[in-house]
Amino acid sequence: MTPPEFRVDPDVDLHVPADRGELAAHPTAVLGTIAAGGVLGALARAGVQAAFPHAPTGFPWATWGVNVTGCLLIGALMAVLTTRPTGPLVRPFLGVGVLGGFTTFSAYAVDAQRAVTAGAAGTALAYLAATLVGALLAVWAGDAATGRLLARARRRPEPTGEGR
Amino acid sequence: MTVLLIALGAALGAPLRYLTDRAVQARHDSPFPWGTLTVNVAGSLLLGAIAAIPAEAAVTALVGTGFCGALTTWSTLSYETLRLTRQGARWHAVANALGSVVAGLGAATLGYAVARALAG
Repeated sequence: MTPPEFRVDPDVDLHVPADRGELAAHPTAVLGTIAAGGVLGALARAGVQAAFPHAPTGFPWATWGVNVTGCLLIGALMAVLTTRPTGPLVRPFLGVGVLGGFTTFSAYAVDAQRAVTAGAAGTALAYLAATLVGALLAVWAGDAATGRLLARARRRPEPTGEGR
Repeated sequence: MTVLLIALGAALGAPLRYLTDRAVQARHDSPFPWGTLTVNVAGSLLLGAIAAIPAEAAVTALVGTGFCGALTTWSTLSYETLRLTRQGARWHAVANALGSVVAGLGAATLGYAVARALAG
């Protein structure tokens, strides 16, 4: 059996005691923080998409890059949050808000569907697979690399007078 | 103006993802992340419908880029899949990743077809 604290969902996992109580304890702060993070993430995504537009039959490189980058960062972020004590609004802001708002699944699905409709089924299939593989490799890499850095930092005592 | 509309849509979409995820989990205790699948399918359905009709740029920014974009997520989906794999729940991990892709594409196609039919 896995411990009850084992988190699967980084947005909110009701198996995690801290997640269960956070909304009732600070509803305005939690939802406001998520909204603020979501705005920043969505605007950054829109900026990238506007800078690198694609034709209906073309490969949506901007959205691919946004989604893979966001997956790398959520892996790194959650590796930190599951090993170190942080403020109660860090996960809602950076994880739920910024990275949740930055990455998008709806544009992924609809861009693939549009490519099929436009007669570019091959591009659609390549895009579907490339995002799936890229996202999973990126989250694994972000988690593994950050976990290794954190473990190394724990083994090596920090010089006196520094931070923690 | 576009920036404000995207911001407004995202300010609603991101908290709605969190609240929906909580509501689904509260009603349905399961190791499978049904909450994230719910928002991703719903957002794909809605965006598919918007893509089917000649929507104004303002609607696309507010509802499409802002709301649907922030409501749905790849970062949450990929992290869940990683954690399910770590937990030894391989079948759940595969079902989450592939099931989301198939359901999302299906929802986008359905939203597109329904909106086309309604728009005549």
